[in-house]
Amino acid sequence: MADAAATPTRPSPRVGLFVTCLVDLMRPSVGFAAVKLLEEAGCKVVVPSQTCCGQPAFNSGDRATARAIARQTIEAFATCDYVVAPSGSCAGMLARHYPGLFVDEPDMAVKANAFAAKCWELASFLVDRLGVAKVSARYEGVVAYHDSCSNLREMGVAGQPRKLLASVDGLRLVELNEANVCCGFGGTFAVKYGELSDAIVAKKSAAVAASGADTLLAGDLGCLLNIAGKMQREGRAVKVRHVAEVLAGMTDDPPIGESAAGARP
Amino acid sequence: MSARDEILAAVRRSLRVTGDEAPRRAAAQARLAQSPAGIIPRRGQGDAGKRAATFGKEATRAQASLAGVAEAADVPAEVARFLRENNLAAAVRMGEDARLSAMPWGATALEISRGPSDGHDLNAVSAAFAAVAESGTLALVSGPDNPTTLAFLPDNHIVVMFADDLVGDYESVFVKLRAVYGAGAAPRTVNFITGPSRSADIEETLLLGAHGPRRLHIVVVGAAREASAAEAGAEK
Amino acid sequence: MSGATTPRFKDNVHEALRDERLQRALRHSDNFASGRAAAAERLPEFEALRDSARAIKDHTLAHLDLYLEAYERKVAESGGHLHYARDAAEANAIVLDLCKRRGARTVTKGKSMISEEIGLNAALEAAGIEAIETDLGEYIIQLRGEAPSHIIAPAIHLCKADVEADFRRAHRDLPAARDLSQPEQLLAEARAILRDKFLSADVGVTGANFLVAETGTSIIVTNEGNGDLTQILPKAHVVVASLEKIVPTLADAAQLLRVLARSATGQDMTVYTTLSTGPRRPGDQDGPEEYHVVLLDNGRSAMLGSEFEDMLRCIRCGACMNHCPVYHAIGGHAYGWVYPGPMGAVLTPSLIGVAEGGQLPNASTFCGRCEEVCPMRIPLPAMMRHWREREFERRLSPVAARSALGLWAFFAKRPALYRFATDLMTRALRLAGGARGRFSWLPFAGGWTRYRDLAAPQGATFQSRWRARSGAVR
Repeated sequence: MADAAATPTRPSPRVGLFVTCLVDLMRPSVGFAAVKLLEEAGCKVVVPSQTCCGQPAFNSGDRATARAIARQTIEAFATCDYVVAPSGSCAGMLARHYPGLFVDEPDMAVKANAFAAKCWELASFLVDRLGVAKVSARYEGVVAYHDSCSNLREMGVAGQPRKLLASVDGLRLVELNEANVCCGFGGTFAVKYGELSDAIVAKKSAAVAASGADTLLAGDLGCLLNIAGKMQREGRAVKVRHVAEVLAGMTDDPPIGESAAGARP
Repeated sequence: MSARDEILAAVRRSLRVTGDEAPRRAAAQARLAQSPAGIIPRRGQGDAGKRAATFGKEATRAQASLAGVAEAADVPAEVARFLRENNLAAAVRMGEDARLSAMPWGATALEISRGPSDGHDLNAVSAAFAAVAESGTLALVSGPDNPTTLAFLPDNHIVVMFADDLVGDYESVFVKLRAVYGAGAAPRTVNFITGPSRSADIEETLLLGAHGPRRLHIVVVGAAREASAAEAGAEK
Repeated sequence: MSGATTPRFKDNVHEALRDERLQRALRHSDNFASGRAAAAERLPEFEALRDSARAIKDHTLAHLDLYLEAYERKVAESGGHLHYARDAAEANAIVLDLCKRRGARTVTKGKSMISEEIGLNAALEAAGIEAIETDLGEYIIQLRGEAPSHIIAPAIHLCKADVEADFRRAHRDLPAARDLSQPEQLLAEARAILRDKFLSADVGVTGANFLVAETGTSIIVTNEGNGDLTQILPKAHVVVASLEKIVPTLADAAQLLRVLARSATGQDMTVYTTLSTGPRRPGDQDGPEEYHVVLLDNGRSAMLGSEFEDMLRCIRCGACMNHCPVYHAIGGHAYGWVYPGPMGAVLTPSLIGVAEGGQLPNASTFCGRCEEVCPMRIPLPAMMRHWREREFERRLSPVAARSALGLWAFFAKRPALYRFATDLMTRALRLAGGARGRFSWLPFAGGWTRYRDLAAPQGATFQSRWRARSGAVR
C-alpha cells in the first residue's frame, strides 16, 4: 500500500471505485454513499466496467480464473490514480493477493504490484490517505461496529472508521465482545459449510444483542448480509447497514434485509 | 537401502542438494561451533541486585516460595523453619552435593537421608547448578550430587541456590554447562524448573502437585545483595 | 487407510454442534487465548523472537540433512541409540522390538502427538504390552478410549463430572463412597494411581519438542513432571520424534522455548523444561540405562521443498486452534484425525492424502487469526488455499460446486455480459423478495437459508444505475 507521506495527491485525484460484486448486485446504495464520501473529499470518481475481484475463484483453488479476472481488473483501472473499495475483503484481494497471482509472469507481476500499491479500502483511504478527520452526518442510535477479518488483519483498518463514526452527530459507539473473532461468512464457506457457519454467526449475533446496540455497521457487505440474516432469522430488531451509508448521511433506504414498508414481521 | 539412507536421500532430493556442497556444510558447521545467540530479553538482565529482584518476582509468580539467607551455614535452619511452618515432617533427602554436605545440618533436628528417591520421601533438598532471572527458573543437573529423582518424586522440593549462580537468561546457563561438560556435550539430564508441578487438565482448574512436587521452596544464599520476593513485587 | 473420519467431516460437525457437554466445555476454553495475549504483552521482545524462531527453523530445514547427521553423531557419542523410521509401521516395529528385548510388560508414556500419529498405543496393546498415559489429560482420555481433542490440552472437551465417572468406572479397587466432586480429589487420585505405574514401568516413551544437534539432546516441556518421571524411572527411555524437531544448538532451542509456552498457555516457561542426553553416566544413581530415539519421517521429507514446507516450522503450541472460530465451534474430535484446528487442516492432507483429508482446508473462513498468532509465522490460510488448488486441479471438489463456480466464472470474465445478466437477476429477485425485503429460502442457497435469512437485492445493479446517471460508457 502506498505510504501516505510518500506520494502527494494531485489536487483532484482520479479515483476508480471498485464497487465490489456484493454492493453492485445486492446494495447499490453503499456504492453511492462511497461516491459521495469520495467526492466530498475532493476526488474525481470514475466507475470502470467491472465484475468481481476474483476472490470466489481464488479461494476455491481456481487460480486460472482468478488470474484472468485480475488481468481484466488491472486493465480496467489502468487510468486511475487510486482504486478504492468499500470492502476490506475485496481491497485485500486487490492489494495483497493480486501480485502473488503472477509470480511466474514477471511483466504482469510488475503491473500487479503497481496496481496493488494504489488499492485502498474506503475508510482508510479517506482517513489515512486524504486526511479526512470528520464527516458532517447525523445518525441517532447506539451503534456497534464489526471489524471484518480482512479489514482487521489484511488491511489494518480498525481505528479509521471509528474515528469517522465518532464525528457523526447523535451516534453513540459501543464495542462488541470478542470483536476480533470472525462472523463466519468466509465467502463460499457460508454456503458450503452452512451449519458450521451458522454456529459461528450465532455467537456474533449474541454479541450484538449483548452490546445493547440498535444498529450494526461494518465495512464489508458479506459480513453484514451474514449477521443481518442470522439476527433477522432469530427475530432480533437491529438495523444493519454498511458504515459508508451512515458516514455519508444516506440512510433513507431500508436497512439490510428490511423492506420499504419498514414494518418488521 | 536402510531407512536411514532412504530418509537422508529423500531429504536431499526434496532440497535439491547432494549433501556435499561446501557452502552448506560450512554454514551448518559454523552454527554448531559458534552457537550464535538470538534475542535475549532485557527482563533478566541487569546487575546482580536487579537480577535477584527479577528472579524473586518471577519465581513467586510461578508459585514457588522464596527465602533469602546470608550464608550457606544458614540454610539448614531455614529448611527446618520451612518444614515446621508448613506442618511437614522434619526429614529431608539429599544427594552428595559438597556444598550441601558442608552445611551444619546437625545443628537442626532434621533427619537427613542421602541418595536418589524411591518414592517414599516427602521432602528433598537439591542444590541448583544455576538459576535464570528472566523467568524465575532453576537449572539442576543430574548426577550423584543432586539425583534427578529428588526433584520429582517427593511432595516438597527445596532447592538451594547460590546468588553467584544466578544468571539472566537460559543462554548463559548453556555457557556454564559448556564450561563444565565441554563443547557439544551435556549431562544426562538438565532440568529447568519454574515453580511446583501443576495441571489444568480438569475444567481448566489450576492445581498444584500433579505428579511432581506440590511445593517448591527456593533458598537463596547470599541474599544480602538481593531484594526479597516482597521487595521484588514492589518493583515495576 | 488412516482410520480418519475426516471424510465425514460435515457429519462430525453436526454431531459436535449438538453435543451439549462438548459445547459447554468449549465455552470455557478461552483462557489460552487471553493467556497468550497477556504473555506477549508482557515481553517487549516477543515479536522479534517470533522472527528469530522462524529464521532458525527455516535455516534448519534448508540444512536438515546435515543437522540430522550431526545430531546422529552426538546421540551416539553420548551413549544413545538413534533409529530411523520411514513410516508409522516401521516406528511401531522399532519400539515394539525395544520393548520385547527388555521383556517389557508396562510402558509409561509422556504426552506425544507423534505416538498418536503412528498409533503406538494400539500397537503395544496388540503385542500384549500395557501402555499407560501419564499426562493427566491423556490418562483421562485413555480411560475413555478417546483420542486427544487438542494437541496440548487433550481432555479440554470434558467436564469434571465426566472425569469423575471415568475414574469411578476404571479405579474399581478404591472405595465407592469416596468423594470425587472436586478437581483436587480427582488429581490426588490420579497422582496416586500413576505414581505406582511410574515406579513399576519397564520402558518410558516420550515425545520431544526439540532435538538438539549440538549435543544430541532431546527436550520436552511439561507442567506436571510426568514426562520426567516417565524417562528417569524405567530402565529404558525411548523418544519418538519426527524429523523436523531438529534444531541446531541449545541457544536456538532457547529462542523457540521462549515463544512456545507463551503461545500455548500464556506461561513464560512450562514448569519443567527437560534436556535429556543419552543414558545414565558412570556415577549416576538414577536415570535410564538405555536411551533410544526413533526418528520418524512419515511424510516430512516429502513436504520439504514443496508448497507446504512452511508447515514444518510448526512447534505444536496449539495457538492456532486456540484462536480458531471453527475449532471453538466444534472441538478437536470433529476434525477426524490426530491433528485438529488450522495446523491440522494443513498437515492432515500431507500425511493422509488430500482425498481423505481435503475437507479440513476447505472448512475455513480464512479469518487469518491463526496466522496472526502462530509463533513461527506459518501462513496457514495460504497453505489451506494451496490444498484447495490441488483439489481443483485434480477435480476433487464436488461437481455442484465446480459447476456453480464455472458458471459464475464464465460471466465474471465477460464484463458487458455480466452487467447485463446481473442486472436482470437482481431486478427479478427484488420483485420476488421486495415486499418483505428478504428471503427465508432461495434455490441453490440452502446452505445459507436453512439457518439465515438472505436480504433481497435493492433492484437494478449499481453499475446499471451509475450508467443511467452519468450516461457515459467507459
